Amino acid sequence: MTWVLANIGQIGDLTLDHVLLSIPPILLGFLLAVPIGWLAHRYRVSRGVLLTVCGLLYTIPSLALIVAMPTVLGTRILNPANLIVTLTIYAVALMVRTATDAFDAVSGDVTQSATAVGFGAWRRFWQVQLPLAGPVLLAGLRVVSTSTVSLVTLGALVGMSGLGYFFTNGYQRNFATEILVGIIGTILIAVVFDVLLVLAGRILLPWARVDAAARRNARTARTKAVAA
Amino acid sequence: MFSSRRGRLAAAVLAGTALALTGCAAGGNPLEPGDEASGDAETIIVGSAGFAESEIIAQIFAQALEANGVTVEFAGQIGQRDVYIEALQDGSIDLVPDYSGNLLQFFDEKSEAASSEEVFAALPDALPDGFEVLDQSEAEDKDSYNVTSEFSERNDVTSLADLAGLDVPLIVGGNPELAERPYGPKGLTDVYGVDAAKISFVPISDSGGPLTTAALLDGTVNIADIYSTTPSIKENGFVTLEDPENMILPQNVLPLINSKKASDTVKDVLNAVTAELTTEDLIELNGRNQGDEKASPDALASDWLAEKDLF
Amino acid sequence: MNAFAEAFVWIGDPAHWSGPDGIPTRLAEHLGYTGLTVLIAVLIAVTLGLYIGHTGRFRGVSIGATSALRALPTLGLLTFLAIAFGFGIRLALIPTIIVLVVLAIPPLLAGAYSGIESVDPRTVDAARSMGMTEWQILWKVEIPLALPLIIGGVRSAVLQVVATATVAAYISLGGLGRYIIDALPVRDYTKVLVGALLVTLLALVLEGILISIQRLTVPAGVRAIRTTPSLRRQRAYGRNASAASRAS
Repeated sequence: MTWVLANIGQIGDLTLDHVLLSIPPILLGFLLAVPIGWLAHRYRVSRGVLLTVCGLLYTIPSLALIVAMPTVLGTRILNPANLIVTLTIYAVALMVRTATDAFDAVSGDVTQSATAVGFGAWRRFWQVQLPLAGPVLLAGLRVVSTSTVSLVTLGALVGMSGLGYFFTNGYQRNFATEILVGIIGTILIAVVFDVLLVLAGRILLPWARVDAAARRNARTARTKAVAA
Repeated sequence: MFSSRRGRLAAAVLAGTALALTGCAAGGNPLEPGDEASGDAETIIVGSAGFAESEIIAQIFAQALEANGVTVEFAGQIGQRDVYIEALQDGSIDLVPDYSGNLLQFFDEKSEAASSEEVFAALPDALPDGFEVLDQSEAEDKDSYNVTSEFSERNDVTSLADLAGLDVPLIVGGNPELAERPYGPKGLTDVYGVDAAKISFVPISDSGGPLTTAALLDGTVNIADIYSTTPSIKENGFVTLEDPENMILPQNVLPLINSKKASDTVKDVLNAVTAELTTEDLIELNGRNQGDEKASPDALASDWLAEKDLF
Repeated sequence: MNAFAEAFVWIGDPAHWSGPDGIPTRLAEHLGYTGLTVLIAVLIAVTLGLYIGHTGRFRGVSIGATSALRALPTLGLLTFLAIAFGFGIRLALIPTIIVLVVLAIPPLLAGAYSGIESVDPRTVDAARSMGMTEWQILWKVEIPLALPLIIGGVRSAVLQVVATATVAAYISLGGLGRYIIDALPVRDYTKVLVGALLVTLLALVLEGILISIQRLTVPAGVRAIRTTPSLRRQRAYGRNASAASRAS
């Protein structure tokens, strides 16, 4: 506890860095995965390929991917982009499957009704499919958010800031308290993100709480995403 | 402490995000090397190697420079030499504390230099263009091979030269990269004639820290590379093996800097720091960092500067 | 792509196929960690999952708990366990296996309980009305029907454990992670790539084996009536779930 108080400034700095490094992969992963998921939902041919590629991406050890990034992107080795791009790739890999399921779960009858009353493909996507897929997408996003926040700690092995610093530093000087502070901090960030996402969902997707089917779909999606 | 650091990460994160967006969408690369962060001459980015002592010295450099009106950013615990040299060369950092002998061997494995002065004199030629070292400090911290006093007595070993005649298998503990270094297990074979088949290597990623010490004490390894300023050597009565062939070169602390950033002010400040730094200081600072106090590198750096009455 | 060529040359070099740092040794160590982890995790998680699925109790809690497990940073837990309980590097296997088991539990648990839940309640009721005990229902009806989904969970768990077992090298153990952790400080990209390629290849091979097992475990009865429309739904669900686990 004395250590925590004495180092509160550094804990705050690293927490802020951790948050800053976590947000872009979560957002980018979501933005990229939704259209990919829609493609996989819409075109049977692309489905197998897209989902297999995403599955493969997830088996690449994350450290190797971060280290390879400067060569792939032409960035400097301490550029946060290396970490952000790597985590975005994992986020997409994790999210595409849920996004596909989310669009699959939108009832075909509803989509057809929309077409029947004159909705074009574009309007149908934005006004019918996307809102109805919302609860399941949110369920997937929550899992992506949690796992990204936890993965940011790996950056410490390649000189990035963030709470992972406490793991390597604490390990080097045999100091469990420091590591524990890093673990608790990481979990707290993940929890705060999760709460914010749930709140955002309540505001943006008010129907999700009323509709029992949507609730069930979201729950199944969350189970699956956690399992993935 | 270094106010600009936060802003830098935020900006870098934005740039990284933009890169990720465009990179994924179009495969483009909007970040040409050289157009970010370290561009302006007044800001110095101080980096450190991936172990505590380096971070403490880097903090001393950074705080001393800042006290003299230089704008400083800090990038601690980057990694081992191969990593921070690359970071220095690609402009991610401008200044890093280094150790003379290992630095020389990194760029010139065949160097004949043996004494501290010879090593220091050989450095300017060995370093790549655009980088230089400033004055070296008398403070020294080098890799050293240690055994328990019991092992030393039982096998009558006090020097690396005694190892070749030993009929016990040698289990060497050290940071993973030691396996690749000229003063690692390879050096024991090449320089001291220890049969390579008799040596095995246990990588321990704590830079000769407490886990390496524990491994030596509990017999997981019987010889360990521990940096000579680590207080645990004395505390546990380890015997540091002599190195009559100078396989491990003298390792004086010195600043390695991008020449573009080595203004007169910067040089004066850093030379004033290295002139005051001693080996005993390093042992004490490491003790406070690793021991019960667990003092942070930045607190240790300000204490040291205050104690030496610098700036 | 040159880097890949160099990595394959490295892998093809006979010198890298023997000794304590050779590919066979590292591969065997990696498989050993994975096998031990999955064995322990299956015992814990599948038992729990079957209980939750069969009784329907604690389902909400278990989703929350498994999601929370995912938030635990692997590197943090590993280093914490390694030093907080004095395992040091001599007993490094203990913290490593604990961390990997924690990682393997969520997919196994979710696979097991969603597997049991996917069994049509009418089937279970029919079994009950025939006078089967709860044990018989579980063993003779629910588990056989849930097996493909349970194995799906095992697949996800194996993939994650194989990919993550690389961290064992950080606390001085072996496995394929050794190539990555050793090459990281000296920026030997070829060796990092070798490590990554071997891990990915191993994951693919294990994946192939488990997919075959998963196919074989679809009960004959279910396979025979797949063409029946009312059962197609259930089959589609099974396929989705296994694809979901593939996404990991």
